[in-house]
Amino acid sequence: MTDNTLILSVIIHLFTAIVLLALWRKTVAQRIISVVGSVVAMVIAIRLFTAVWDNGILTMQAAGWDAPFGITFVADVFSSTMVLLTSFSGIAVSIYSATGVARGRMLYGYFPILHLLLMGLNGAFLTGDIFNLYVWFEVIIIASFVLMTLGGRRAQIEGSVKYMAMNVLASTFFLTGIGILYGITGTLNMADLSLKIAALENRKLVDIVSIFFIVGFGIKSAVFPLYFWLPSSYHTPPSAVAAIFGGLLTKVGIYALFRVFTLIFIPDEFLRTLLVVLAIFTILTGSFGAVIKNNIRRVFSYLIVCHIGFMVGGLGMYSEIAITGALFYLIHDMMVKTNIFLIAGLIRKLRGTMNMDKLGGLYAEYPLLSLVVALVLFSLVGIPPLSGFWPKIYLFEAGFMDAQYPLLVAIIIGSFVTLYVIAKLWAKVFWKNQPTLPAEENYTDEFKPMSAFRKSLLVVPIVFLMAIALYIGLAAENVALVAKHIARDMKDMTPYIEAVLGTNVSP
Amino acid sequence: MELLLVILIGVLYATGIFMLLRRSMVKLLIGLILLGNGANLLIFLLGRITKGAPPVIDSAAKFFTDVYADPIPQALILTAIVISFGLQAFAIVLLKRVYVLINSDDLDDLNTPEEEDI
Repeated sequence: MTDNTLILSVIIHLFTAIVLLALWRKTVAQRIISVVGSVVAMVIAIRLFTAVWDNGILTMQAAGWDAPFGITFVADVFSSTMVLLTSFSGIAVSIYSATGVARGRMLYGYFPILHLLLMGLNGAFLTGDIFNLYVWFEVIIIASFVLMTLGGRRAQIEGSVKYMAMNVLASTFFLTGIGILYGITGTLNMADLSLKIAALENRKLVDIVSIFFIVGFGIKSAVFPLYFWLPSSYHTPPSAVAAIFGGLLTKVGIYALFRVFTLIFIPDEFLRTLLVVLAIFTILTGSFGAVIKNNIRRVFSYLIVCHIGFMVGGLGMYSEIAITGALFYLIHDMMVKTNIFLIAGLIRKLRGTMNMDKLGGLYAEYPLLSLVVALVLFSLVGIPPLSGFWPKIYLFEAGFMDAQYPLLVAIIIGSFVTLYVIAKLWAKVFWKNQPTLPAEENYTDEFKPMSAFRKSLLVVPIVFLMAIALYIGLAAENVALVAKHIARDMKDMTPYIEAVLGTNVSP
Repeated sequence: MELLLVILIGVLYATGIFMLLRRSMVKLLIGLILLGNGANLLIFLLGRITKGAPPVIDSAAKFFTDVYADPIPQALILTAIVISFGLQAFAIVLLKRVYVLINSDDLDDLNTPEEEDI
């Protein structure tokens, strides 16, 4: 069904960014506009999701050029779920930023760039054209470069060199893949590509092209062995920015992997094995890295890498149950990962440091807040009945059915290490007494002297995201329904292709 | 012509990757630029090179009858060039900033130890 309003999710953020640019240096107005824009975006995203859920796939042919010649925008359940989750993270981060980001950064355009980043994310989720996907990726990375460097502290600049170099390299690989794909099929529309690639005789060439996409998206989503830029850059920007990066940016890579490898390249034996092996190493390296780190945000960065492996493993097993599990994990992960970086920022506000050795006693001082944090951390670990638990059931079921024992062992190790790391963090930051620091390192509690309103701006987003994570855990059957629906769509893309091309393609 | 382009693309990719693996940040940047140019030429080559046949329809004709140059690769390359121009401009400013801050061009000097984290 053609519906031109699906592009509203992209336009609202563009519009907000333009208004914010007009309000350059008026930071109070910017904060208000940013939150309002995010709320409107959330309403639009909810409407889009319900429309897609009720009526099936929506498409929009840009400027009326029919597919496969023009650029198509498609909202299926997968896309609209991602847009919805992005809007949740977006609203949490824009509220949190109102007090969580220094005024100096706002003066240099923090809010406009934040909304341009969200626009790029929504665009990437909604596009149905592979080159357009590349362009949205570039919109995302250029916005993320600015957010990462804004402020210009030494550590930030150091992190962003690695981040910049790896992301530009990933884009080049992606572009190379697109070039070859265009050369062998003569089309860029993903639905059309799906048909043309399936009809190709030369499967070896298809495998080689797909490697370009694995490398390109693998760098972006931090898959072994291309993940090392992530732990060396995600701990440097302000926590609000790190939350968007940790919750959404790596997940765009995962989204693109799922989209490309279920629609265009249907993985054969070789690709499936490759993805499973990559997943195993991603989980192991990520979890071992998390064990040795002592800074909260560095630990969380390695946990991102570790949990990316769960999703890639689900894709690699490629059964309907495995994909359901991976998608369920993706939904849970986007909410919780955004939240833990916001929590890291809050801890920094409370104590002025994120080094676990210098922290302590938070539970005695802020018992209620600690309880909220505990719920989030337990969701991340996956203690039943919280949200991280349910997707693992699906992954285990798929692993046993498929006899992928090495991957199962890796997932168990990954889950166990997550539990260990989170328990260590909880004990060190919340339970143990505040260690006495040398006089020159004495902390100042920035949180306590704040007015109640400013305090709530920091706490409300965390509670909001926690509530969503609780919903994912306690109403898991609803989320599982969505994940199963998407997985079923992925195993049979005919409705998607028919919706885009407007023709009957069933064999 | 095709053979020449193939060799040129190969050389651009090879030198680009080689430069990426150097320690110097300026060489890293040059490597990224070379790789980007290689990718652009690759799209150009794979879009089939057709000489002297612009995709312009004669006003009397209704559709193309002859072999014509595909305009899409050029549109793609143009987009890619503009994007890489923006990225490279940013990268140059970033690297200059790094040089001002740490007074070194060596990527190995980019590691602030974990103890200095806040």
